[in-house]
Amino acid sequence: MTPFEGYEFTKRHCLDISDFNRADIENLLALGAHYSDLNVQKHGPRDALAGKTLINLFFENSTRTEKSFELAGKRLGADVISMQIGSSSVKKGETLLDTAATLNAMNPDLLVVRHGCSSAPSLLAQKVSCSVINAGDGMHAHPTQALLDALTLRQAFDGDFSGIRIAICGDVLHSRVARSNVQLLNMLGAEVRLVGPPTLIPTDADQWGVDVFHDMKSGLAGCDVIMMLRLQMERMSGAFVPSKREYFHYYGLDRTKLTYAKDGALVMHPGPMNRGVEISSNIADDPDVSLITQQVAAGVAIRMAVLHALSEGIR
Amino acid sequence: MSALTLTDIRIMDPESGRDEVGHVLIEDGRIAALGDTPVRGEVIDGHRLTCAPGLIDARVKAGEPGQENRETLATAAKAALAGGVTQIVVQPQTEPIIDDLSLVDFILRKGEALDVDVHVAGALTKGLDGRTMTEIGLMTDAGAVFFASGPNPVEDAQIMRRLMAYSATFNALISNSPVTPALSNGTCAHESDVSARLGLPAAPAISERIMAERDMALAELTGGRLLLDLISSAETVDSVRRVKGRDIDVSASVSINHLALNELDIGDYRTFAKLDPPLREERDRQALLRGVEDGTIDIIVSDHDPQSAGRKRLPFAEAAPGAVGLELLLAVGLKLAAEEELDLMAFLRAVTINPADLLGLKGGRLSVGAPADLVIFSETDPWVLDSEALLSRSKNTPFDDRRMTGRVRHTIKAGRIVYSAT
Repeated sequence: MTPFEGYEFTKRHCLDISDFNRADIENLLALGAHYSDLNVQKHGPRDALAGKTLINLFFENSTRTEKSFELAGKRLGADVISMQIGSSSVKKGETLLDTAATLNAMNPDLLVVRHGCSSAPSLLAQKVSCSVINAGDGMHAHPTQALLDALTLRQAFDGDFSGIRIAICGDVLHSRVARSNVQLLNMLGAEVRLVGPPTLIPTDADQWGVDVFHDMKSGLAGCDVIMMLRLQMERMSGAFVPSKREYFHYYGLDRTKLTYAKDGALVMHPGPMNRGVEISSNIADDPDVSLITQQVAAGVAIRMAVLHALSEGIR
Repeated sequence: MSALTLTDIRIMDPESGRDEVGHVLIEDGRIAALGDTPVRGEVIDGHRLTCAPGLIDARVKAGEPGQENRETLATAAKAALAGGVTQIVVQPQTEPIIDDLSLVDFILRKGEALDVDVHVAGALTKGLDGRTMTEIGLMTDAGAVFFASGPNPVEDAQIMRRLMAYSATFNALISNSPVTPALSNGTCAHESDVSARLGLPAAPAISERIMAERDMALAELTGGRLLLDLISSAETVDSVRRVKGRDIDVSASVSINHLALNELDIGDYRTFAKLDPPLREERDRQALLRGVEDGTIDIIVSDHDPQSAGRKRLPFAEAAPGAVGLELLLAVGLKLAAEEELDLMAFLRAVTINPADLLGLKGGRLSVGAPADLVIFSETDPWVLDSEALLSRSKNTPFDDRRMTGRVRHTIKAGRIVYSAT
């Protein structure tokens, strides 16, 4: 079967949002919506990836991303294995390309890669003969996270979120999620803002087609959606921000800061959350405000869509 | 309604440039009228005297908390008022170091009981370690007027960059000591033929310029507000002058000691003239004076640093640097003016309106409606400085036994006479 009615999806890899054109994205989101139906996802035909092998290759720890790829692969009928490289061959001195050659000899069809260095998945893609999916590389890109966020927004805004105002808040500097989201949300016509202390916003980020703010009050004004980013605890030691207390005071999302945004604004977070650092628990757990659970649910659906679409090119 | 009139007095206000003889009417703690005004209430005959805004001393070590044997906030306040200083900014290098908002609050509360306005400079890094950012936002909200590196600079450029970038959000002023540690560590004098002859370990003047240039470049990169804390060399004055022509928020301070003294005042190893930064050559002093006059240097501070005699009566290299200055800031400025080394209005600007504008303080100006914080002084009174007569708890001054010209007669705070010379 083909995933898309009347549209030929020709991309081989999923490395970065910029690999795709608008039509690719629209079709991926449509397929993601299709797989969001639990009847289809859990009880539908499991033949899309039948006979295919999916290898999860994670050089960095992950729970939700790795498991959602694993589940997506299994629900499409693929043989799935997961490798935690951080604890094996690399410690014995094997280079990335050695690992690639080893895996290639096992003839996988799909390789899902997370690596701490930007561009590692695209380097692998040049050396293996299967499709490569970037599950997060350094501070560069996390395309499937951006796609699942877009899918979540589509569902929250009844299919079309062009023109809405989205603030991405917090540690943008170290965030691959933010970079992929800026690209994708811009492509889909949303108005994107970045909000955070100057130490956590990349230099010249205003040239990404976004507005940059350094305080929450003006940054959140008129926003329909607030996307909070995780602040890595190791950056709390006074190098980028002075303390958790000060960070939460000025940049943590609480009920007061939520009122700066539009009435009924929705809140997202790519997880895992630091409660009381970038987001207060009563917002994260409020089903009227928080889309966080929907984001996780959309994760499996969108990864099924990406795997299914890429598998078309494998035949 | 309490009223006080100063009659026939020379009124000098650097903000407006006003310099004329007239009356000053003070009512309810504020300046009610200036110039040709009716005489009301109590009268001070200002004939042959001058009045100016109360001085703002942006660099004071008060010893409290932790070193009360050297100075307390209360003794510092007395010394300040005797010197015509009505606002002081205390430095963070106390014990404990002021790196937390509760300590900012402690100092401000202590200051509320005193006749001078006490402001706080918070520590730029935790424990002044030069590495860990303090809660600049929360401390700004608690009332800290700027953030200081303390005696040692923030050496790591990446950390300084982040400090400046972060503080820009709160429009906070960052003060760094322009010293290159690799060139200056372990030295106690300016590198010249004088220090060479004395055999003192010395640092070249460019140690200061290199760090100043780095910090100005970081200010340009980050858009942060930089105060170069205590510049002392001709080379640095030139650097700052060049940068100030551009759109970079840089300001510089100088201590009154470096405007009045040079390395020859060390003489025969006089540790009371051991300062940090060290006294330099006469050409440096001249460059600093010109820097004040043309606005390259924004503020003049006393760099009040009380030290016990025990910490001064040591071999030169081991003696503590620093000098008391709260009572001498204006007096030495008047002496420089009387000797025609420095324009009096330029001096006053650098101790009143400039620090007020830089730190966002009220006062520092003589205008109708402004708080009546004034100093009344004679520009011509001759006297000899006796360090034992200083009100400061410590008596370490390089000006002991010097002939002075010009002296404070009265200090007025919020319309009240809080000091009168006997």
